[in-house]
Amino acid sequence: MTQSQSQRPGTASQDAPLAIELRGISKAFGTVQANKDISIKVRRGTIHGIIGENGAGKSTLMSILYGFYKADAGEVYIGGKKTEIPDSQAAIDAGIGMVFQHFKLVETFTVLENVILGAEDGRLLKPSLAKARKLLTDLAREYELEVDPDAVVEDLNVGLQQRVEILKALYREADILILDEPTGVLTPAEADHLFRILKGLRDQGKTIILITHKLREIMEITDTVSVMRRGEMTATVKTADTSPEQLAELMVGRKVLLRVDKTPARPGKTVLEVRGLRVVADQGVERLRGIDLDIRAGEVLGIAGVSGNGQSELLEVLGGYRAATGTIRMNGQELDLTGSASAARSRRDQGIGHVPEDRQREGLIMQFRAWENVGFGYHHEPRFGSGMFMDNAALRKDCEGKMARFDVRPPDPNLTAKSFSGGNQQKIVLAREIERDPDLLLIGQPTRGVDIGAIEFIHKQVVALRDKGKAILLVSVELDEIMALSDRIAVMFDGRIMGERLPAETDANELGLMMAGMTGKVA
Amino acid sequence: MDYAGLIQILDSALRLSTPLLFACLAGLFSERAGVFDIGLEGKILASAFLSAAMAAYTGNVWLGMFAGILAALMLAAVHGVASITFRGNQLISGVAINFLASGLTVVIGEAWFGLGGRTPQLEGPARFGELTLPFANAIRDVPVIGPIYADLLSGHSILVYVALACVPLTWWILSRTRFGLRLRAVGENPAAVDTAGVSVVGLRYAAVMICGLLTGLAGAYLATALSAGFVKEMSAGRGFIALAALIFAKWRPWHALGATFLFGLLEALGNRFQSVELLGVTVPTQFMQALPYILTVVILAGFVGRAIPPRAGGEPYVKER
Repeated sequence: MTQSQSQRPGTASQDAPLAIELRGISKAFGTVQANKDISIKVRRGTIHGIIGENGAGKSTLMSILYGFYKADAGEVYIGGKKTEIPDSQAAIDAGIGMVFQHFKLVETFTVLENVILGAEDGRLLKPSLAKARKLLTDLAREYELEVDPDAVVEDLNVGLQQRVEILKALYREADILILDEPTGVLTPAEADHLFRILKGLRDQGKTIILITHKLREIMEITDTVSVMRRGEMTATVKTADTSPEQLAELMVGRKVLLRVDKTPARPGKTVLEVRGLRVVADQGVERLRGIDLDIRAGEVLGIAGVSGNGQSELLEVLGGYRAATGTIRMNGQELDLTGSASAARSRRDQGIGHVPEDRQREGLIMQFRAWENVGFGYHHEPRFGSGMFMDNAALRKDCEGKMARFDVRPPDPNLTAKSFSGGNQQKIVLAREIERDPDLLLIGQPTRGVDIGAIEFIHKQVVALRDKGKAILLVSVELDEIMALSDRIAVMFDGRIMGERLPAETDANELGLMMAGMTGKVA
Repeated sequence: MDYAGLIQILDSALRLSTPLLFACLAGLFSERAGVFDIGLEGKILASAFLSAAMAAYTGNVWLGMFAGILAALMLAAVHGVASITFRGNQLISGVAINFLASGLTVVIGEAWFGLGGRTPQLEGPARFGELTLPFANAIRDVPVIGPIYADLLSGHSILVYVALACVPLTWWILSRTRFGLRLRAVGENPAAVDTAGVSVVGLRYAAVMICGLLTGLAGAYLATALSAGFVKEMSAGRGFIALAALIFAKWRPWHALGATFLFGLLEALGNRFQSVELLGVTVPTQFMQALPYILTVVILAGFVGRAIPPRAGGEPYVKER
């Protein structure tokens, strides 16, 4: 997508009247200053991006604007008028609609019921439902927002659920639409569709605020962009006048390498051999439908796919804690696929390290201290004690070393896991698994919820491990990450491998289509 | 068993299922709004006591009923404050209410009446009388239909009919009104209600108070219609049986009618057949009377298929950070 396409025809947007002005907004949660004296102007009929790392305060700022949180100080002007927003109802009345990162939908309700909830016309539902049905049809035609009004929300995929959220806002006649990280759960095709919808809405004179941490999206769709760092607004610039590199620097506060530097892989012998792997989940649904994979020493195999297409199950089977049928050979030895406790433990003895997708649930115990966490999975090893006794001093010392080598901040083994930022939590898990020197490292969503600075570090560690001749299985929903790190890319869809590609011989378009279940090249 | 006997058992089942139906619908309102309530039992008991006491004191069953409702509403308010405003644990609050009611009814009963925790026997206008439906006597002799109308449907206290009317009313409120939509939403995903600009706290209080009203009716029926006065622990686990019925009914009003009638029927059978000869073995009375409780255990153990409770049930609503 080129720059000129995304710019709005004409230059009216830059001197259009203000839709929103925030003056001196501050908000603290306990001792954490989430927003510090923030001022921002958003012009009507523009798409205004707000970019910043995780925890920079973007979502907090928008939640204040939507009345979900109360600011400690500051003023809000909407359409030039000072407006008090004590709750969400006030924000809705002021013409603000918000699409949260985690949708606020009632999953057991139909689309129609979700749309009218809280905006019913009277005590009885019938007239409201009829009105909403008609309006939904009109909006669908106007903005490519088709969705079956009678479908139950939990049966819809996330892309459609997001449309329901947008429809909810439009049904309430929102003029200003705030979207918080809207593309995190979408396939590239769905994201493109969303951007078309947003451009259509802008051209109808609506104002759109897009919160994201993805530089590519900012460059592609916004007219103006504001950058936040550690609760402060560091800059507001016209998108046409900036570059991804400049924005990254503004976000992190130092120069960042956006590309991963790596030499071509020198793959050795096959380390892992997966044949005909099948997993049947609780309700008889097949999650994996016959997976065949080979991973060789000294290469990164990237598994791309929209989340929920079997990647998690694959990692769980390889990690030894989910039962499956088929065969897996590790260095020629067949692995135990019963999913029992002994299977999970034997994986580590066979040289498999695992950085799970959900580090807060599977990688760490959040209430435990860092030094307690670095031993997990390896407590029985002689270096951490003998018999039933644990050598806590050895664990602490081991933790200190890991923290230094992996640049964990703050380097204090006595802090609980939950008091570290996402990036530093991930570094603790990585240190634990990488320093055990595995032949195969399973690594799921390595940079989910991790800030740019830490992403750079984590990517370097993965490449370094590969260069030591280890095999790496990388699962990520971030296509950019897959493209940057992998030596081979396999795309998963609906429990199957749709095909393998070399990063140099494919592009996001082709992978995107495969992720949506389509095979073959497109013209 | 002959036809008249069958009608008699069904008639008795209807009477016995009425307090369960009130309680089950009470639990339905509360749980569909996301507030678990194991304090149904305590509210029934408190209402039974106060309605009987007031009826005995004033000789007016209606005043008794209102006093009973008031007692249940007060306990419902306690549950609301603990679990909605202060976001406490809903199970603990419910257990506390059960203990409170169980102890207070006996202590206060002894202090007021000195009858060992009982209230005086209620008679005449201090009790709910039996209503005879129009033409009941006229068509009693019509075969088949006559006894159904005259003996099964006619001749109950007004609260039985109120309970039955509550079933379609509950269905209509939940599925056809704005209040019902919001109430169901707050039990599934309170954040959706909050961001839609509607008060989660207000809705949950409304649901809890409706629960109080209905348990109040259950208690009043128990002490002033089904029996003639309050006896210690007279709710006899009906609040818990109603919760089992609620799960059995998958939190739906019409299903609740069926589920509570089944429990009522088992109780009626236990009362009617004190001991049964089955294949030459005598089934003891105690077993027959334990039938509803056995069914409760079976249902709670999950032998009746998967029932999906409201998703936000039991969790206080806190805006996430």
